[in-house]
Amino acid sequence: MKEFLAMGGYAAYVWTSYGITAFVVALNVWLAQRRYRRALGALRPAGTQAEPVRQPTVRKMT
Amino acid sequence: MGLKRTFHLLGSPPTVYRLAGLLGPWVGIGAVILIAAGTYGGLVLAPPDYLQGDGFRIIYVHVPSAYIGLMAYVLMAVAAAVGFIWHMKIAHAVAVSAAPVGASFTFLALVTGAVWGKPMWGTYWQWADARLVSELVLLFLYLGVMLLRASFDDRDKGDRVSAVLAVVGVVNVPIIHYSVEWWSTLHQGPTIAQLDTPSITMDMLVPLLTMIAGFTLCFAWLILKRVQAEILDRESRARWVEQLVTGASA
Repeated sequence: MKEFLAMGGYAAYVWTSYGITAFVVALNVWLAQRRYRRALGALRPAGTQAEPVRQPTVRKMT
Repeated sequence: MGLKRTFHLLGSPPTVYRLAGLLGPWVGIGAVILIAAGTYGGLVLAPPDYLQGDGFRIIYVHVPSAYIGLMAYVLMAVAAAVGFIWHMKIAHAVAVSAAPVGASFTFLALVTGAVWGKPMWGTYWQWADARLVSELVLLFLYLGVMLLRASFDDRDKGDRVSAVLAVVGVVNVPIIHYSVEWWSTLHQGPTIAQLDTPSITMDMLVPLLTMIAGFTLCFAWLILKRVQAEILDRESRARWVEQLVTGASA
């Protein structure tokens, strides 16, 4: 295990590369999910607002 | 299914939205499995290189990142051109989605390349190197397309103007690819893009191809998710989106 982590003397370079890659991939996944959640969230208020606006016009007519 | 009908379906936002939702989880699972297998193969199974020792293992994150960075640019440019010519909403949604993801993988290719260059070439960066500089230009092209699009309040205008820059920037793609042959450069020549005489052994090649496939699926997952979000933004007033939000079955 110690030998594996040492990477034949290239530990700093190899693990830095893999670490940055893991970080950027994870960041990408998080950002895409956040982007989707926000797009979905932006629709919700519009949907809930539609109903109270319609109701007063119905009451006026009765 | 005819070509015309396929094209028509791919232009239909609700169809693409649902298809992306169906494909997403499978693509994601495939990406996780392939990247896990490729990482294990690259770090453990592959033998050390006779010249670069264990340092060569950076190839398993560097090459897939560089490949995605280039592939994403071509996808972005083609989608932008299709959107520009046929006024196709979905195509613009794909172009918008490919830009930040492609930029991040191009950034990764540059950084992992620099970290690899230090022990092998003795330097992180070389301004006179055509491969390195053309890859940096790729990153700037991505950022340029994104900034240009963001500078318009009107989405249609932003789509169309940034599409022009994306398409013009395609000239940089072959320059990157052939830079190692046209100019003398620190960067090594192609390793796997010569199928008749591969300059890499199978036990090194299989993890690399696995990793490239895994990164491609990861990219596909990111694009599907982002395209879904783009479609919701662009179609927010459409009836099918309203039904989606209120929970009514369409």
